[in-house]
Amino acid sequence: MKKYQLGEFEEVVMLTVGILYNEAYGVSIKKEIEERLSRKVSVGALQTALKRLEDKGYLKSHEGEATQERAGRPKRYFVITALGKRALEHIRSTREKLWGAIPKIALNPGKFDTAF
Amino acid sequence: MKKTHPPSPPRLFLRFFRWFCHPQLKSYIEGDLIELYDERLKKCGKRKADIKFIKDVILLFRPGIIKPITPYRPLNNYAMFKSYFKIGWRNILKNKGYSVINIGGLAAGMTVALLIALWVNDELSYNKNFENYDRIAQVMQHQTVNGEKGTQNSIPLPLGNELQKSYSNDFSYVVLSSWTGDHVLSTPDISISKSGNFMDIDAPKLFSLKMIDGTYNCLSDPKSILLSQSAASALFGEKDPMGQIVKIDNSTEVKVTGIFEDFPRNSDLHEITFIAPWQLNLLMNPWVERSREEWDNNAFQLYVQIAEHADMNSLSAKIKNTKYDHLSEGEKVFKAEIFLHPMKDWHLRSNWYNGNQTGGLIEYVWLFGLVAFFVLLLACINFMNLSTARSEQRAKEVGIRKSIGSLKAQLVSQFLSESLLIVTISFILTIFFASVLLPWFNELAVKRIVLPLNNASFWIVCLSFIAITGIVSGSYPAFYLSSFQPIKVLKGAFKTGRSASLPRRVLVVVQFTVSVTLIIGTVVVYRQIEHTKNRPLGFDTHNVVMMEIITPEFVGKYNALRNELKKIDAIEEMAESSSPLNQIYSNSDRFNWEGKDPELQGEFGTIFISDDYGKTVSWKIREGRDFSQQFADSSSVILNQAALKFMNVEDPIGKTIQWGINNPESYTIIGVVEDMLLESPYYATRPSLYFHNTDRENWILFKLNQNQSISKSLEDLEHIFKKHFPAVPFNYEFADQQHEQKFAAEKRIGILSGIFAAFAIFISSIGLLGLTSFVAEQRTKEIGIRKVMGASVISIWKMLSKDFIILVTVSCLIAMPIANYLTSKWLINYGYRTDISWWIFVASGVGALAITIATVSIQAIKAAIANPINSLRSE
Repeated sequence: MKKYQLGEFEEVVMLTVGILYNEAYGVSIKKEIEERLSRKVSVGALQTALKRLEDKGYLKSHEGEATQERAGRPKRYFVITALGKRALEHIRSTREKLWGAIPKIALNPGKFDTAF
Repeated sequence: MKKTHPPSPPRLFLRFFRWFCHPQLKSYIEGDLIELYDERLKKCGKRKADIKFIKDVILLFRPGIIKPITPYRPLNNYAMFKSYFKIGWRNILKNKGYSVINIGGLAAGMTVALLIALWVNDELSYNKNFENYDRIAQVMQHQTVNGEKGTQNSIPLPLGNELQKSYSNDFSYVVLSSWTGDHVLSTPDISISKSGNFMDIDAPKLFSLKMIDGTYNCLSDPKSILLSQSAASALFGEKDPMGQIVKIDNSTEVKVTGIFEDFPRNSDLHEITFIAPWQLNLLMNPWVERSREEWDNNAFQLYVQIAEHADMNSLSAKIKNTKYDHLSEGEKVFKAEIFLHPMKDWHLRSNWYNGNQTGGLIEYVWLFGLVAFFVLLLACINFMNLSTARSEQRAKEVGIRKSIGSLKAQLVSQFLSESLLIVTISFILTIFFASVLLPWFNELAVKRIVLPLNNASFWIVCLSFIAITGIVSGSYPAFYLSSFQPIKVLKGAFKTGRSASLPRRVLVVVQFTVSVTLIIGTVVVYRQIEHTKNRPLGFDTHNVVMMEIITPEFVGKYNALRNELKKIDAIEEMAESSSPLNQIYSNSDRFNWEGKDPELQGEFGTIFISDDYGKTVSWKIREGRDFSQQFADSSSVILNQAALKFMNVEDPIGKTIQWGINNPESYTIIGVVEDMLLESPYYATRPSLYFHNTDRENWILFKLNQNQSISKSLEDLEHIFKKHFPAVPFNYEFADQQHEQKFAAEKRIGILSGIFAAFAIFISSIGLLGLTSFVAEQRTKEIGIRKVMGASVISIWKMLSKDFIILVTVSCLIAMPIANYLTSKWLINYGYRTDISWWIFVASGVGALAITIATVSIQAIKAAIANPINSLRSE
């Protein structure tokens, strides 16, 4: 069932927003992902994903303070909505169900080979 | 205090980002970008930070971040368009009068434009059927006579061999050809006269003939003939023509060795229905054989196909002196220059003046194209004028739409879709009108055009035509109407003031300028035709019938034929001549006389006639006497007045003229005859000499008996003719009809420009009618009050008409110099021409004004005599 649609990158973004909690805005999310997952994230890709997630209702945003180093531009902070939380949980549980359904032998073939 | 700015990111890309970014996201993302930039600046320097910034901006340029074209996304496009068309349709039905004027005017304009476009397309398609269209040319020459460079396509016979020999690398094929002329083709069963050429062996390859039977080598046997499909079926019907024997001109038997598909009508060779080998021409005509080494005898045509690598222009320059170098010193004075006339110019660019190409039919293609454009423009102007004039009525609608939230762009598209609707309706009418008018148009233009209704590119052109017309005529009203301010409009403070009606006035002036110009043009063309038609002929073509002698059987039968015809009173007189009455076949420049200016160069027409010629055509002897059987006239000559003037001799009778350079023959002048108009009526008569010599006759002329009906005389004539020449087809031409044909081209232009002028004035006046009725409607209340206050019908009529009359007067004043310039330019092509007198301008102007007053008055008087109660009580 396609109840909650979430791409791989979108999932990463949402989880990062969760990690950063009240400090999640464009630059911090980008840095966090780059640090934790050691992959490059472009501003464009990130912003598109954020916009899409907000359109889907998984994230909501509010305007933050304008600071000197941003040339007076405000930050836009993101938090996970209840719907977003459910989507994440749904994905997690489906993943776990899938993990649980894998027979042990499929993942550790070597061990059992020797037994026979 | 001065503050030092930190280095900023590349300006250009920052501005680009600001331009494309969605406004809701702009400031946040920009903040992020700047924060990142500053960080990178500290870490790895300006250059790297700049590059990364640019990369980020470019990666941001993606859907989702780019702002939408309209601030919000319209969801119901289909419904809106449906509504536009519905409103448009209701508007058409509501204002029936305006709609008829709009649609009728547009349909009329588009019909004219469509017909002309088809004609232009046909003219431009000429000769394109030939495979080697780009590389075929006709060899022509310029010669300078009395300081004037003349151009002709007749060249001397040895030129063909010379080109082949000396420039064999540059030419793929060199093909000598005779002139296209009528020849009798006969089988034992039938004998018909068909026009065709004698051509070299390579002709089928050069003209890429579509062979139905036979090969490209079918002219290699001198006793062969290549028939077109039409000629073959005329001669043999259903029978297989291949290998059959055909007799040419009742003298030589040849075998049919090939059948080719007729040349298409839009080809300059379409009159050729058979091709006979050049070798046969040499066999049949001893004079051709004699011309083989005559470099000064210009009597043949030469076609070439240039080699793949050769360039037309440089090759043309290269062969320039081929003829000159072979001429004797005496002939070099004419400075013969050989050049190539490429096939793409044959049809449209074949006029020459002093050695320069001066256009030709292409001028008419341009002229008519321009006229079509203008007629269409007039119709579009009507549309614009009426739409903007009625804007007040629709201003409220625009106001309400805008208050509800319509955007300017949406209103523009609404009005454009309305105009597209009207244009589409007009176009459907146009297709109908055009298909009805096409047969008549074809007859007028001597064409066989069909509406290419199942041709995809025709429809593509038509659709883009609809789109362009719709957008052109709809754009001004669309942008004008959509720019209204809703508050003003809804408050009722909206008034179309002077500034709004100014463009309308300008457009009316444009319309009438075009119309008046066309009217003047038409009048001038008709005057020119009348003028040349009234030019004295110098002889009488009435009841004169001409017959071409195309077979040798006539030799020696002349007297028997004459006696018999005279006996039964079929004719009054008959004569033989080397030229028909509408052309001079031969000319020569080798004349000498006592007191001739040695510098004087020039050709005389030479006409060889029998002694009854004068009586047959009733020419008018001015001095001396006519030829007569009572004298031995074989060395006598009669001059025309032009020749006398050219020679500049006093008392010519009895003086002598020498003809020839080496062994000149001497002729005594026995008479001077009034100029006979044998050639183009638009030019001065050529100095001509009439010789008494029946050895070179090509034509027999008959003056039919005036006292009996022409059909009876012709019947008798045919009867006697068939008795003497059973194998020759009985073909004849009336001299007066042949003369009339010389006006055909000009008459056609006259009729066409008359039609265009009529259309132009019609479209302009119905536009004016619409405008007046609008003005009258708008001022109904004012007129009512004026009438109550005591205004007379005349004064109200004056008030309503004055504006338009001023506009039309202005147009006349603008049109006159334009028309004067254009018509003088056209008339300059004619040596014998009418003058453009002032009354033409006055008459055209008065005519246009009269039409204007009549049109305007219909509405003005209606408004003026209306009862004021009706207009005033409805509040």
